[in-house]
Amino acid sequence: MSDWLIYRTFWDLTVTGVALGSIYALVALGYTLVYGVLRLINFAHSEIFMVGTFATLITATNFIGIPLLEEGNYPYRTGFTLVAILLACIVGGMVVSGAGAVLLERVAYRPLRGSGEHVGAVVLAFASVFTASLIFTDHTRLNLIIGLIGTAPLSVLYLRIFRRGRQAPRLAFLISAIGASTAIAEAVAIWSPRDREQYQTPRVLEKKVLFEFLGTEVRIDYVLVIVGAILMMTALVLFVNRTRLGRGVRAVAQDVETAKILGVNVDFVILITFLLGGVMAGAAAMMFTLVYDQTRFNIGFLLGVKSFTAAVLGGIGNLRGALLGGLVLGLGENYGAAIFGGQWKDVIAFVLLLVVLMFRPTGILGESLAKARV
Amino acid sequence: MKKTRLVRAAALAVSLAFVAAACGDDNDSGSTDDTTAAAEETATADTTAAAEAAAGGATCAEGTSIAFFGALSGDAGNLGQNIKKGAELAVAQFNAANAGCQVTLKDFDSQGSPDQAPALATQAIEDATILGIVGPAFSGESKAVNPLFDEAGLAIITPSATNEALNDNGWKIFHRALAGDDKQGPGIVAYIQNTLAAETVGVIDDASEYGKGLADIVREGLGDKVVASDAIDPAAADFSAAVSKMKEAAPAAIFYGGYYAEAGKLAKQLRDAGVESTLVFGDGVKDVGYIEAAGPAAEGSIITCTCADGGSNADFAAAYGKQFPGETPQTYAAEAYDAANAFLAAIASGAADRAAVLAFLGTYDAAGVTKQIKWDETGEVAGNAVYSYKVEGGAIKVEGLIG
Repeated sequence: MSDWLIYRTFWDLTVTGVALGSIYALVALGYTLVYGVLRLINFAHSEIFMVGTFATLITATNFIGIPLLEEGNYPYRTGFTLVAILLACIVGGMVVSGAGAVLLERVAYRPLRGSGEHVGAVVLAFASVFTASLIFTDHTRLNLIIGLIGTAPLSVLYLRIFRRGRQAPRLAFLISAIGASTAIAEAVAIWSPRDREQYQTPRVLEKKVLFEFLGTEVRIDYVLVIVGAILMMTALVLFVNRTRLGRGVRAVAQDVETAKILGVNVDFVILITFLLGGVMAGAAAMMFTLVYDQTRFNIGFLLGVKSFTAAVLGGIGNLRGALLGGLVLGLGENYGAAIFGGQWKDVIAFVLLLVVLMFRPTGILGESLAKARV
Repeated sequence: MKKTRLVRAAALAVSLAFVAAACGDDNDSGSTDDTTAAAEETATADTTAAAEAAAGGATCAEGTSIAFFGALSGDAGNLGQNIKKGAELAVAQFNAANAGCQVTLKDFDSQGSPDQAPALATQAIEDATILGIVGPAFSGESKAVNPLFDEAGLAIITPSATNEALNDNGWKIFHRALAGDDKQGPGIVAYIQNTLAAETVGVIDDASEYGKGLADIVREGLGDKVVASDAIDPAAADFSAAVSKMKEAAPAAIFYGGYYAEAGKLAKQLRDAGVESTLVFGDGVKDVGYIEAAGPAAEGSIITCTCADGGSNADFAAAYGKQFPGETPQTYAAEAYDAANAFLAAIASGAADRAAVLAFLGTYDAAGVTKQIKWDETGEVAGNAVYSYKVEGGAIKVEGLIG
């Protein structure tokens, strides 16, 4: 741009870039954790984030009962009520996203590793009968009843067909991930009341300027996002490095077979890994709605791709790498968009990735969950 | 071992049952409401049509139809729904008045996507019963499919695609029921210069065929007064780079070329950052979806449109309210009504194939709800009115003609 606006807006861009980067980083943790343990790129993780934004929305509007607007203005709350609502929303997001991630692992991935297939069989049986019943009637309650009646015999059949103890080929996990991602996004698009439209989330936090930083006004929502993300990440790193279960996670990341021989319950550790990733994504989802006040069935797609990029940028499988990658990406995008124009934002993100990978093929901090020490 | 697995499976199935039963209630009551509403709608449609229709005894072949082509779902689905309802009203009135000629309105939901539109256009062309197209709704998809319609000789009347370059292609089948962006652009420039008397202006677009086209006309028209300019990626949630730029430049007015969903997010982020410029938009933002997305940030926004305010024609608004209980005609519904009526007049005149319908449109000259409908050789309609609207108290209210 002719007048080099970036110099005059530099600190403004820095604050918003760090805030967006923190959200990328939290979501990137989910990709990195699962990759570190399973060497699997969990493409459905973006949908776990999306489900979290809807959980936040439902917690705020349906459970707490906050309207979108009160007498034409935002339904601002203050003091203790505000804190309670924000906490309830973030817990709602974390619980639902965490549970979603666990369910995803049980249904879409674990049966492919050749164990725990009864969950997969039941869900698959229910889905088959329910979908088949849609051909004959679209009365939802009837579909559900037919689905449930058919579930028992069909899951027994599926259990007989499934072969235990066989590890599926690598490609199968990838296909399962992409399939799960599409299925979750479409299910939300079809079954949510406004279909594919955008949803507004109620704004309870008045976006006041908290303080001035190098001539730039810093808003309270950005501060909350940045501080919240740092707290969540610190908690995660402490968990992985200091607890018994965390040691299990690191052990499985280093060598699955040896960990198994030494008595680590590998399936349980993997479940915990998914849970941790899901909880981080749920927290990110609440922070996202805090800043942008909106969500949509496909909100996870672009953000998921960016977060995955952040994970690779920092070094996939590396917790500190996810944080660094998120921040570099958030800032790089913002500065780049200011220099070249906003339509180049996504191009800049991926050029940045290519340039980094050219010089450091395993990302800025290298690839390793096992050796991560903070 | 096997037994435990079966027991676990059974336990899971039972817990699923509880969840499902709990969910079942809501959905169930929802579907009952739908059926009642649908029944009411049909009942009213009959009486409306009988009352409103002019006497007519036209005859035509069984299965004769016209088609709506545009987005009914997706990002800008609301606009397509408005258009379809306008056309639906015209067809319902026509059918009630002409027992010997029952016309069907088919629809092709392109989701506004230039990628999906060509396949649907081919479907429409292969259906020989379709004599005319109300649409395509958007400029991007028009560019993709109008060559196909032109080759097939299937006449189109678009009630909403305003990209100025569309009439430069020499398509014989092209007609437009409202003025193009070459009229809207100068209207926006005049509004910003004269009505707002803004000396500094920021311009943002969404890099789309429509948004960038309109924004470029505004940039050119305002010249040196444009102090900040940027584009956004409409798929992104965060527009902070563009917002920072506008905040730094602090212009008196900001024009955004794009559609309502992003306009809502952008307005909110601008206001949150403390930008107080008057926001000015083109017709792609004239939808309640904008007010829903922007909330209080929408107050005071200016929206221009070559479209007339359908609600200001009392007869049309009343007929529309009877056909769709509780609704008022939204953006482009009146233009779609005029477009469909032109096709219906062609069918009533005895035109039984696509060539005859196309020839009839060349001579058509009748008073529509929005204006006198008469096309020149490029398919542009007479009358260049650009209207301005303002968001007040959470509603889009007409201000009047831009002087």
